[in-house]
Amino acid sequence: MVLDPKIPAGELKDKWQNYKDHCKLVSPANKRNIDIIVVGTGLAGASAAATLGELGYNVKAFCFQDSPRRAHSIAAQGGINAAKNYQNDGDSTFRLYYETLKGGDYRSREANTYRLAEVSGNIIDQATAQGVPFAREYGGTLANRSFGGTQVSRTFYARGQTGQQLLLGAYGALQRQVATGKVTMYARHEMLELVVIDGKARGIIARNLVTGKLERYFGHAVVLASGGYGNVFFLSTNAMGSNATASWKSHKKGAYFANPCYTQIHPTCIPVSGDYQSKLTLMSESLRNDGRIWVPKNKDEKRKPGDIPAEDRDYYLERRYPAFGNLVPRDVASRAAKERCDAGYGVGSSKMAVYLDFADAIHRYGKMEVHKHGIENADAATIREYGMKVVSDKYGNLFEMYEKITGENPYEVPMRIYPAVHYTMGGLWVDYELHTTVPGLFAIGECNFSDHGANRLGASALMQGLADGYFILPYTIGNYLSGDIRTPRIPTDHPAFEAAEKEVADRINKLMNVKGTKSVDHFHRELGKIMWNKCGMARNEKGLTEAITEIQQLREEFWKDVRVPGEINSMNPELDKAHRVADFMELAELMCRDALQRRESCGGHFREESQTPEGEALRIDDEFSFVSAWQYTPEGEVMNKEPLIFEVSKPSQRSYK
Amino acid sequence: MEHYTMNLTLKVWRQKNSETVGHFETFEVKDISSEMSFLEMFDVLNEQLISEGKDPIAFDHDCREGICGACSMYVDGRAHGPWEKNTVCQLHMRAYHDGDTIVVEPWRSAAFPVIKDLMVDRRAFDRIIEAGGFVSVNTGNAPDANSIPVSKVAADEAFDAAACIGCGACVAACPNGSAALFIGAKVSQLAFLPQGDAERASRVKNMVDQAAKEGFGNCGNIYNCEAECPKGISVGNIAKMKREYMRASVSSGPAGIRSES
Repeated sequence: MVLDPKIPAGELKDKWQNYKDHCKLVSPANKRNIDIIVVGTGLAGASAAATLGELGYNVKAFCFQDSPRRAHSIAAQGGINAAKNYQNDGDSTFRLYYETLKGGDYRSREANTYRLAEVSGNIIDQATAQGVPFAREYGGTLANRSFGGTQVSRTFYARGQTGQQLLLGAYGALQRQVATGKVTMYARHEMLELVVIDGKARGIIARNLVTGKLERYFGHAVVLASGGYGNVFFLSTNAMGSNATASWKSHKKGAYFANPCYTQIHPTCIPVSGDYQSKLTLMSESLRNDGRIWVPKNKDEKRKPGDIPAEDRDYYLERRYPAFGNLVPRDVASRAAKERCDAGYGVGSSKMAVYLDFADAIHRYGKMEVHKHGIENADAATIREYGMKVVSDKYGNLFEMYEKITGENPYEVPMRIYPAVHYTMGGLWVDYELHTTVPGLFAIGECNFSDHGANRLGASALMQGLADGYFILPYTIGNYLSGDIRTPRIPTDHPAFEAAEKEVADRINKLMNVKGTKSVDHFHRELGKIMWNKCGMARNEKGLTEAITEIQQLREEFWKDVRVPGEINSMNPELDKAHRVADFMELAELMCRDALQRRESCGGHFREESQTPEGEALRIDDEFSFVSAWQYTPEGEVMNKEPLIFEVSKPSQRSYK
Repeated sequence: MEHYTMNLTLKVWRQKNSETVGHFETFEVKDISSEMSFLEMFDVLNEQLISEGKDPIAFDHDCREGICGACSMYVDGRAHGPWEKNTVCQLHMRAYHDGDTIVVEPWRSAAFPVIKDLMVDRRAFDRIIEAGGFVSVNTGNAPDANSIPVSKVAADEAFDAAACIGCGACVAACPNGSAALFIGAKVSQLAFLPQGDAERASRVKNMVDQAAKEGFGNCGNIYNCEAECPKGISVGNIAKMKREYMRASVSSGPAGIRSES
């Protein structure tokens, strides 16, 4: 089946305006009679719930955390892109769109990506009006920095805590609606099933994580804003609770899952230190603006990094990609680190790390500063002192975080970094209206698939979450709900609610009654190893085929031998985890199947069989210029295609040489 | 960094739910690596409890990188443990040595009832924000972001206050169980910025009044809150909040406040 993305007619730059000019509206009187469920309260969910409440809908918002303010959007460090062109350096909506499309390796939908760039400026206006304390220049205007190797400065930031500040802005807007009664907040609740009545999404079954009770909620429409599935890999930069259950359950109720194999491995994370490791911590990409990445040229190097002279160091990114050097996109930087470590040149006790070194930056800035201060013939110590001050002003909080975790001072010894799973570009398939294949079910933010293609650029996740929640969904959901104004609220004793709740209760009973010997974490860790080794930074047919068998075996073992302690009708964090891991194990297989069918390399998906003679990713547009959209059937997953048509920007191979 | 392993004794608060009486339970953990985080040490203990068929210890945690504000353990009499400006998820075991005994409790405050073991209910903080911790601007109403200049100094000060992660350590550390630092941080952030000006008076009054309804105590200028705040939020924000409250109490409305500053 070929999917229709419902892209509006007209020139690329006019499509969204045309849509807004002609989409159907719901009158204020009717909005009061319509309920909307929003699952997840990160940037996408909080901004959507707040905006829908402002518009007059009755919103029920859900999060598994103890407060909506804790959603993992909060951890985003670097910044948010917007095509404001405040710096007068040639930025424009077109340029941001084009870079996003090209950065995504021409695997995203052109019209969605353009719209994202188009509304990006409104986000900055909205957040500023909310009191988000963005960095400013002395004249009082907003500051920008360049990020992820773009040639313009379009990234707005609030020190290293941009995600936190934007989320707190959206959270404030959300709490304001809670106070008015237009939004009801259900914290410590997890959606465990979607309720579909007459083919339309009409509600959810959620578990109250405090009492353990299953609860039924009706909505005329359901919006998923539940984030990505990076925790399939067990170790990732995601929060411990981040999970795919809401989207996976919806997938099994009819929502197609698109491009599950597109995962982003972030190049600059703190390496794994032991088997007990529970998560990985990102070091902002902005560090690559000044840090130089290297490994020793000698495999058996025993000297301390500071004692290794320049001629014995391999600055492999600068060597391989002279034009972009240390600023190549995330996927390229990650693969290059893996290549060096696999070849035996890695550093640290595990040999699975590379150096990110600031010694040269400290020296360079130090020389500039002593010159500025008019100090002649400054000695090395003075230069270093001044240089460290500059580096500390720029990256101080990151250096502190690194030192807390590793116990090493990055001003003295180079950081050790290694790639880690960070973001998932795949997700529920949505059309231009962010509508999934289940009528009445919408997906926004990281949990949908559409804007980033096969690779997301830095500082674009915050942009997409807020674009969807503040400025896109509130229009498109109205277009759908205008056809639903005569539908009265469906009582939750409807047989469909009964049946959905029973499904969940049966699954919980099944999980609790395995009474095996191994913890949920044991299975999750094993799943992570399979995925990291065989569906991680580089994939091949043999590995993926093996992974599918191994995942199936692990799943079988899980249902025979998992031990979930505690009770059903009380708080039970192990049971919460068991649900999530059971779903991860099913999704993992689909990720491998998708990676197997895509016999090309694109963005974060690198198939070893498809590379250039120099070892660079080779895209095959003739065969794979499509979105794979997987449909769940009792007989198995069926792949549907949405062909990608580029009317304006014709695909070219990415080159960072 | 030198790595080592250690054996530890843990005395952990156990409480089935808010209705029951809690008690300390003692556990031994072995071969803990100095490279582990404090919460990873709890993961190891919980794995041990699960394999023994016992109920694992419930505690709040999510991002494990010091920013979400979920983690909340009172370790040896200090909110978030011994390190300065730190959340307990970022406390690492190299802070301890073989043979140490560590006492771990939940946040203790009447306004934060225990849900289970080390987990408390902090929804009172959400309700304080609901009372006024925002700027009332609907989506789509915003003027161009550069149309209102804000001095770099004011923006930086607003940021320093805005860095609060809402963990509640300030309340846990305060003998009065006061939420003054939490409220002060939000009031200051928005008072430093022109965007927050229109609601300056109602914001501070409503937030402070809500805190009283929730059962938080008054500020007694003890400053434990600043000492234990993982983000180093300054008590200067409490002073600012008090000034804002005074202004709001004596003036007739927002216009009066504006003319004073």
